[in-house]
Amino acid sequence: MTATTSEATSVVPDFGDESGGDRKIAFICSKGNLDMAYPALIMANGALGEGIETHLFFTFWGMDMINKKTVDHLEFTMLGNTAMHMPGKSGHMWQGLGGMPGMTKYATKMMKEQIAGVDVPEVGEFLTMLHDMGAQLWACQMSVDMMGLSKDDMIDEVEDIINVTTFMELSEDAQIIFV
Amino acid sequence: MPVTTIAGHEVHVDDEGFMTEYNEWDDEIGTALAGNIGLELTEDHWTTIKFLRDDYADQGTTATLRRVSTVGGIPTKQLFTLFPKKPAKKMAYVSGLPKPVGCV
Repeated sequence: MTATTSEATSVVPDFGDESGGDRKIAFICSKGNLDMAYPALIMANGALGEGIETHLFFTFWGMDMINKKTVDHLEFTMLGNTAMHMPGKSGHMWQGLGGMPGMTKYATKMMKEQIAGVDVPEVGEFLTMLHDMGAQLWACQMSVDMMGLSKDDMIDEVEDIINVTTFMELSEDAQIIFV
Repeated sequence: MPVTTIAGHEVHVDDEGFMTEYNEWDDEIGTALAGNIGLELTEDHWTTIKFLRDDYADQGTTATLRRVSTVGGIPTKQLFTLFPKKPAKKMAYVSGLPKPVGCV
């Protein structure tokens, strides 16, 4: 079963330390739904773990992810989601059900339980973790102006409020992912 | 599975060089593996390695960064200082464990 490669000295994994590690990635977070907050967070976490320079730019409804008032209250609605079905079941649910009073709260609660079940943190804690890992968080100037916000409204992890030109400059040579 | 010699011991590794047999690892090998990737192990490194080894024995998978931080009590920031750039993979390598498979 084992082929002895005695001639081989030790095989050392390539951690990319010598190759410079100049890869860079930027996520544009434009949604404020609970389910759409996670894709960028999870991929950013993976990128940081690989030693990749990682930026997150929050715009439009994505501002809710970094607004102190809303970050812990993101919700999930089944309305408009034709893929909606109960966990583990294949039958799609009647769309109208999502419009019934309390359904969004119930669907949000269920999704939060599922996320916690795989030991993934809530959005606020996740952002703190990403910041600790070295991610840089940026808020969109236009969204800030439009929504009448200021830096004080945002979680401490946000570096600054920047305009699109600045974002283009800092994301030069980065892979950009729009969520 | 290739067999290679680390710190005078014959050990099984995968194609990338991660050890595959939990019980073949010891402190001396850990020190040699760290040396291979330019790390000199301090007490904080050993605390991390010990957590990873114990947790693997308990759980059967390598802890992710989040687990090392929330269960092991070692802040994520510190892990990036101790094992620069790719802490999860480097910690696993030095501890003689497979790469973590969890996403978060």
